[in-house]
Amino acid sequence: MTKFTRRDFVKAVGAASALPLLGASAQAAEPFKVGFIFLGPVGDYGWTWAHDKGRREMEAALGGAVKTTYVENVKEDASAIPILRDLARQGNKLIFATSFGYMDQVLEVAKEFPDVRFEHCTGFKRAANVSTYNSRFHEGRAVTGTIAGKVSKSGVIGYLGSFKIPEVVMGVNAFTLAAQAVNPKIQTKLVMIDSWFDPAKETAATETLANLGCDVIATHTDSPAPLQFCQKKGIFGFGQGADMSKFAPKAHLTAIEDIWGPHYTARVKAAIAGTWKSEDFWDGIKEGAVKVSAYNASLAQDAQDAANKVIEGYKAGSYDVFTGPIYDQAGALKVKEGQKMGLGDLATIDWYVKGIQSA
Amino acid sequence: MTLTFIIDALVTVIGITTPILLAASGELVVEKSGVINLGVEGMMLVGTIAGFAVTFETGNPWLGILVATLAGATAATIFAVLVLSLGANQVATGLALTIFGIGLSSLIGSNYVGIAIDPVESPFPDALANDSFWRLIFGHSPFVYFAIVLVLAIGWFINKTRAGLVLRAVGENDLSAHSIGYPVIAIRYAAVAFGGAIAGIAGADFSMVISPLWAEQMTAGRGWIALALVVFAGWRAGRLLAGAYFFGVLMALELYAKASGHAIFPSQFWAAMPYLIAVIVLALISSRDGKDGKAPACLGKPFIPNG
Repeated sequence: MTKFTRRDFVKAVGAASALPLLGASAQAAEPFKVGFIFLGPVGDYGWTWAHDKGRREMEAALGGAVKTTYVENVKEDASAIPILRDLARQGNKLIFATSFGYMDQVLEVAKEFPDVRFEHCTGFKRAANVSTYNSRFHEGRAVTGTIAGKVSKSGVIGYLGSFKIPEVVMGVNAFTLAAQAVNPKIQTKLVMIDSWFDPAKETAATETLANLGCDVIATHTDSPAPLQFCQKKGIFGFGQGADMSKFAPKAHLTAIEDIWGPHYTARVKAAIAGTWKSEDFWDGIKEGAVKVSAYNASLAQDAQDAANKVIEGYKAGSYDVFTGPIYDQAGALKVKEGQKMGLGDLATIDWYVKGIQSA
Repeated sequence: MTLTFIIDALVTVIGITTPILLAASGELVVEKSGVINLGVEGMMLVGTIAGFAVTFETGNPWLGILVATLAGATAATIFAVLVLSLGANQVATGLALTIFGIGLSSLIGSNYVGIAIDPVESPFPDALANDSFWRLIFGHSPFVYFAIVLVLAIGWFINKTRAGLVLRAVGENDLSAHSIGYPVIAIRYAAVAFGGAIAGIAGADFSMVISPLWAEQMTAGRGWIALALVVFAGWRAGRLLAGAYFFGVLMALELYAKASGHAIFPSQFWAAMPYLIAVIVLALISSRDGKDGKAPACLGKPFIPNG
């Protein structure tokens, strides 16, 4: 017969009951365990690096109250399921899954562990114990698109994407619309490389775009390799996820920095306090979740002014790149003049705007 | 399509083909000796970080390449000790070597994240290397020329020299080679170390030329493509060269088709194409009499003399 200590009993009641406060107080002596699954290696200096930076900031902010575990290089397929399960079994009470492709896996595992909370990044499916969180990266892409429109001499700009998912479609659309706002003739060439992280293929794709006449190339993959190529070729690009200017001092016009630390800190605090509930977060420039890095000193003043206007517009709530009229590639009117696309529509967007050349 | 455009495209092809060609050439020699080393990806990564770190610390890329070569050879030698001297299973040990290489390179590399070095550039004068036409021939890093010379030299060595004949004998029938007095184990050690050294150089190509930075697992699975390529080429150097460039052309074609807005096939089909073609070619090879493109008879089998 198994003996139950009082401590075990309190724990069991705490976990099983619908009184999260009791659970929290019973475990107050032990650190609250938080798990993360990452798509790339933490050393990618891009997407995963930024999430890990957020994790470390959260750990520093909460001190000994929290213990984090992360698993890197988790593929966006069924292999994520046992990893999520393991994290849940190891006692992690809040698990962050930091890429779009973990969506259904998170929901499946969340069903098996109703007392564990999950947060899925960039997805759109929620459950009682599954939140979603995202950043309005497209706001940053509206800033870089504005700069690209100003800087491009050829009128042809490039966009290096990973997969055709809403996050990337939104990004290339925002980039193109913003560039067209300052130069209506802008055409965007889009290449999807079917990978988030593959420096050799990213370089080859950037080279391809440059050979096809693009003189400003934005990347929606995770390594600084494309920027290094731009530097070599004498064309321009943007940092992705982090300030990458040291990789390409001349080519790096600015970067979109992902700031996850405040979200992680707030959500872990909420989970510890028992106030966590399933929500959908979508923060942007205004909330500080998306930051535009310092401009390259070589960037012309009028380009800087145009970019600043977009940033200020987002801070004041007076600007939205997804304001009609917006046409799709075939020229059909998708958003009427003066109307704005809601975040709900953006979250599932699967069509490209006019002026994007895609395959 | 202008000539300049075609040349630009070919330069892309050459860039992405070179590391795969290098790694596959090294593995070809290993497999000819009757050993299969699935640790190519791991050995490449060890070379990737070694080349980067040494170049960054010393500012001397040649020293970086040298250390990358030695690092790859050292990793391969660990494998050789386990499978040749201790009789460990080659497949399992090779996979372990890959995992070891990923871990070790990430560990050493954690100090080098977020740093860039100057890329190794063409050894020819700028007037030739940057010329819009002559760059096709002169505008490449030393790795490119080395890879082509190496695979041709390996072909000549295997087919035309006495030492190459011995290597093949060891791979085809180790007991016979042993019985007429050839040191089977020593020859296999040399072949495995050579393969590792070349994989190390292939890895350095990533961190010193293609994208002169360090990022974990930046080889992104090219080691596995190299392994497939050896089989695809039917263990022949000439076909290896052609096969590697074929893969390179295919990859560049995919990018150009997508970027110019004429996908021809859906994106998923492009992604699957190299594997599809590999399967078709393998099926064609095996449907022939079997003489052509056959694996060395002792491939993957432990050598047990007088057993």
